[in-house]
Amino acid sequence: MSARITRGDVEHVARLARLELTDEEIELFTGQLGDILEHAADIEALDVGDIAPTSHPLPIVNVFRTDEVVPSLDRDEVLGQAPVAESGQFRVPPVLGEEP
Amino acid sequence: MSALDIAAAVRSGERRATDVLDEHLARIEAGDGDIHAFNLVTADAAREEAEAVDAAVARGDDPGPLAGVPVALKDNMCTRGIPTTCSSKVLEGWRPPYDATVVTRLRAAGAVAVGKTNLDEFAMGSSTENSAFGPTHNPRDLTRVPGGSSGGTAASVAADFTPLGIGSDTGGSIRQPAAFCGVVGMKPTYGAVSRYGLIAFASSLDQIGPFASSVADAAAMFDVIAGPDPRDSTSIRDYAPNASSVLDRGVAGLRVGVIRELSGGAGTVDGLSADVLARTQEAVDALAAAGATVEEISVPSATLGLSAYYLVAPAEASSNLARYDGVRYGLRVDAPTTGEMNTASRTAGFGPEVKRRIMLGTYALSAGYYDAFYGKALKVRTMMLREFAEAYEKVDVLVTPTAPTTAFPLGERTADPMTMYVNDVCTIPSNLTGHPGISVPFGIGEDGLPVGVQVLAPALGDELTFQVASVLEAAAAGGAS
Repeated sequence: MSARITRGDVEHVARLARLELTDEEIELFTGQLGDILEHAADIEALDVGDIAPTSHPLPIVNVFRTDEVVPSLDRDEVLGQAPVAESGQFRVPPVLGEEP
Repeated sequence: MSALDIAAAVRSGERRATDVLDEHLARIEAGDGDIHAFNLVTADAAREEAEAVDAAVARGDDPGPLAGVPVALKDNMCTRGIPTTCSSKVLEGWRPPYDATVVTRLRAAGAVAVGKTNLDEFAMGSSTENSAFGPTHNPRDLTRVPGGSSGGTAASVAADFTPLGIGSDTGGSIRQPAAFCGVVGMKPTYGAVSRYGLIAFASSLDQIGPFASSVADAAAMFDVIAGPDPRDSTSIRDYAPNASSVLDRGVAGLRVGVIRELSGGAGTVDGLSADVLARTQEAVDALAAAGATVEEISVPSATLGLSAYYLVAPAEASSNLARYDGVRYGLRVDAPTTGEMNTASRTAGFGPEVKRRIMLGTYALSAGYYDAFYGKALKVRTMMLREFAEAYEKVDVLVTPTAPTTAFPLGERTADPMTMYVNDVCTIPSNLTGHPGISVPFGIGEDGLPVGVQVLAPALGDELTFQVASVLEAAAAGGAS
């Protein structure tokens, strides 16, 4: 069984998930995620051999439609729901100059 | 008055849809202050729809099989121009630019949408306590939860605010609240109902389904919303179930299986209460009395469902919810750079349970843990599919409790996520396998609250679940418990 999730793991995962957690939340989640993953130890310990994984319940392959032009969503209606839109586009704060 | 009775009266011109609507709006007005089934009541839009139904009848046109029937929509169904929140601050005030396919189909069938119902934020929860807008109370006992995540819809039907309601079920979110509120709730085969316009939680598990006070009403609603949709590539092509046509077929000669691991037998999961198990046994006895044969079936992986689900669902959720970044819709919290704006918006917009699941899912998918957790969970899914396929070689349907207990008190389980998650132990397997399941009320527990019994069938066995539920409904009404 893997080692119990640490505070450092939680901080790392929060960065990946783009969430900023308070010290209290980090503490709480470290305990709670540890408990949930402990419950998952039953499948972590399972010998599943070469069983193929199932990512989808039905055996669906690619679905194609005929290449016909049909109306899409109304652009103004869509942009009207954006926090900030300008010249037919979504406007965001600067992206360049950020840490990667 | 049942949904089918209302529709018959409206179609024949005996009752006007606008009068039916007013009657139901008055009940909501009088009762929803205590229950909080609705996030939003759309009285004006509903009146326009009801007037259109009445106009159609006046013209001599048939407005459809659900003519004038008020319906409640879980607030994770997109409604064009009408706020759709998922009970989350991150979507507060958002007005979708399109309707979900179920909404379009219900309207085409003459149904009248009266509002958007409360849910656990992004459908993550089993009590509707994780809503950013406050909990829903169970109409059968206001101190208890209605179940979740479709608790608002279940409460609306139980309180007779609407004869019908729409929910979504990712791990039991239709069936468990139906059981807690004493109504019928059905999760169709994955792909039977289009998910277009259902705000995604876990895309390989999510499915939309009906809530009603009776099996016949639920079947009528299912028949309207089921069927292929070019806008959902996972919808099953050439599938046109007609559940309403099989309700009187009975169960004579049908083979009913009882899952040992979910019924108190050897190796059973923890936490199933004695009264719920007793009602389930009585339901099985009622089916036997109606001519079904009964046998015990072992599905060992059923006990692994909870662990597999709480890795798969959060993993998919962590990916699906990456879209709430403050760019295209929803909450934006200003910050100097886009990256900081993304983080600030998500941090302010999501509630604690959603953050917990995003964290869990991100962890389960992260480098070094993927194979141990997410990868293993997907293999468990395959094991379950195999074991259920073997079970369905021996029996036609499986019967289990819907939830381990009756409705629990508000606030009782909010502190420890695991005590909440175990609610889903009996419902989760059919989400992981994509199979259909229905919860039908069957008697009451020691506390006087409703108990739900679940009927499961193999993929595309939707009609069969209604057929068996219909027999259970009649047995329950006959005082079998």
